[in-house]
Amino acid sequence: MTKKSFVTQGIQYIINPSDEIALTRALELTEKDGGSVTVINVGDNSTEATIRKALAIGATDAVRVNAAPRDAFFVAKQIAEYAGKNSFDLILCGRESIDYNGSQVPSMVAEMLSLPAVNSVKSLTIENGTATLDREIEGGKEVVTCPLPCVVSATEGMAEPRIPNMRGIMSARTKPLTVAEPVDVENMQQIVSYDKPQPRTQVKLIDAANVAALVDALHNEAKVI
Amino acid sequence: MNILAYIETADGKLKKSALEILSYGAAIASQTGGQLTAIAIGDVQADELAKAGRYGAAKVLHANNDKLKQYVGQAYATAVAEAAKNIQADVVVLSNSFSGKGMAPRIAVKLNAAMADGAVALPETGNGFKVRKTAFSGKAFADVELTSKTKIVTLVPNSYKSVEQAAAGAVEAFSPQINDADFAVKVKEVVKASDKISLPEAEIVVSGGRGLKGPENWGMIEELASLLGAATACSKPVSDANWRPHSEHVGQTGLAISPNLYIAIGISGAIQHLAGVSSSKTIVVINKDPEAPFFKAADYGIVGDAFEVVPKLIEEVKKFKAANS
Repeated sequence: MTKKSFVTQGIQYIINPSDEIALTRALELTEKDGGSVTVINVGDNSTEATIRKALAIGATDAVRVNAAPRDAFFVAKQIAEYAGKNSFDLILCGRESIDYNGSQVPSMVAEMLSLPAVNSVKSLTIENGTATLDREIEGGKEVVTCPLPCVVSATEGMAEPRIPNMRGIMSARTKPLTVAEPVDVENMQQIVSYDKPQPRTQVKLIDAANVAALVDALHNEAKVI
Repeated sequence: MNILAYIETADGKLKKSALEILSYGAAIASQTGGQLTAIAIGDVQADELAKAGRYGAAKVLHANNDKLKQYVGQAYATAVAEAAKNIQADVVVLSNSFSGKGMAPRIAVKLNAAMADGAVALPETGNGFKVRKTAFSGKAFADVELTSKTKIVTLVPNSYKSVEQAAAGAVEAFSPQINDADFAVKVKEVVKASDKISLPEAEIVVSGGRGLKGPENWGMIEELASLLGAATACSKPVSDANWRPHSEHVGQTGLAISPNLYIAIGISGAIQHLAGVSSSKTIVVINKDPEAPFFKAADYGIVGDAFEVVPKLIEEVKKFKAANS
């Protein structure tokens, strides 16, 4: 059966894992060199608990753009709008969300603001206004430099996420969380339906004493070797 | 529809994903009565450009100069967007690779185009433009309708079979107008294990988990992988413990892969791991715990100690290769 949306009832929302890495690295950088960390989210008011968690981890302030995050283009436009009006040295994002896995927002924001971007970054250091980054590539990594301001999307390895402490949780309640209204964006796509992959047929168990049967099955039956 | 395919190369040669992109683009062109143009950037061997013409491209554009020799996403995106405008492309297809994922969103903004990332099948073009993509880290599929004039699609490696054709397209030099500002990112060093098969593109993947007890036991994983021409991968606890590099981590927060054959050794099969590998065509699980959840998501399973089963499997694969070579 196909569905147009999924049931959100009872879901405990979290900060997207790679966004949490990005947030932590942002905090480490400002602890070292000074500055502030602003968190931005595009969502309705149900996301405020998650935003407060980011403030508890250590962000200075937060902005919520009051709109359902329709698609990547829409979200990128809202972020670019806010970031363009305020001046930031670095826009750090997660590599991709673990629900839609689009990884589109960081590069879209960069393009909208005519900024350079580096994606899937495992290591980020900044010296004299220039970032040095390790970027993931197929089968290895690339070391690149990029002048600030720029957009960076973070992946595993850039930082170890922090667990908020009691002081952080208490202070998060009073940190500024601004609500901004969204800008209009033309709607160019919609999800027509969702469905689940075909379940696999029952596993064929092969006796550990007869490994040859596995090689035979992979060659003659599955035809993958 | 006019289709533009951006094709990736490595060391002057077309990547496997490039052939898939070409065949995919050619199929969309043929089902809509249009033409496929390919674009390659940087140093590419002449015979490889000609090869692109044999995989369905009526024309192969080649952009190259000193600055374009190394991948800079911003500059490459500008080149592809300009080519798309020149040929009045209706659809631009790229691989859902690290490079493709960096360029495609920029091209979408430049062309005011809707974008579908991670496509796994040809679009339906009979009435509108609808394409199937992965969602929720491989736990579901979503059918997305794109309604903009120009559309961007990134294709998951290994999800479309490449086909060589009789016709051969012509190769043409292309000189895009790129501002210096697009070259702000400078490549200092490329660190690559060149003898290894790239994990996202690999047709066979041999993967190890915590059941292998320590990094010193990866020799047999590497040996099995090299015999099968496979890439190696690992589960999250293994990369978290630094037994293996993060680049080998497959799963919800690591890489999502879709090889023809995925062999999981000593991996219990947590839902986060399954998310990254469930679109593999055939899954083999070797685990000593008969209750490991991975057996429910596998095609073939062996309940047994990896340290006994894997050496036997290596011997059997050697025998098989000797008999079939």
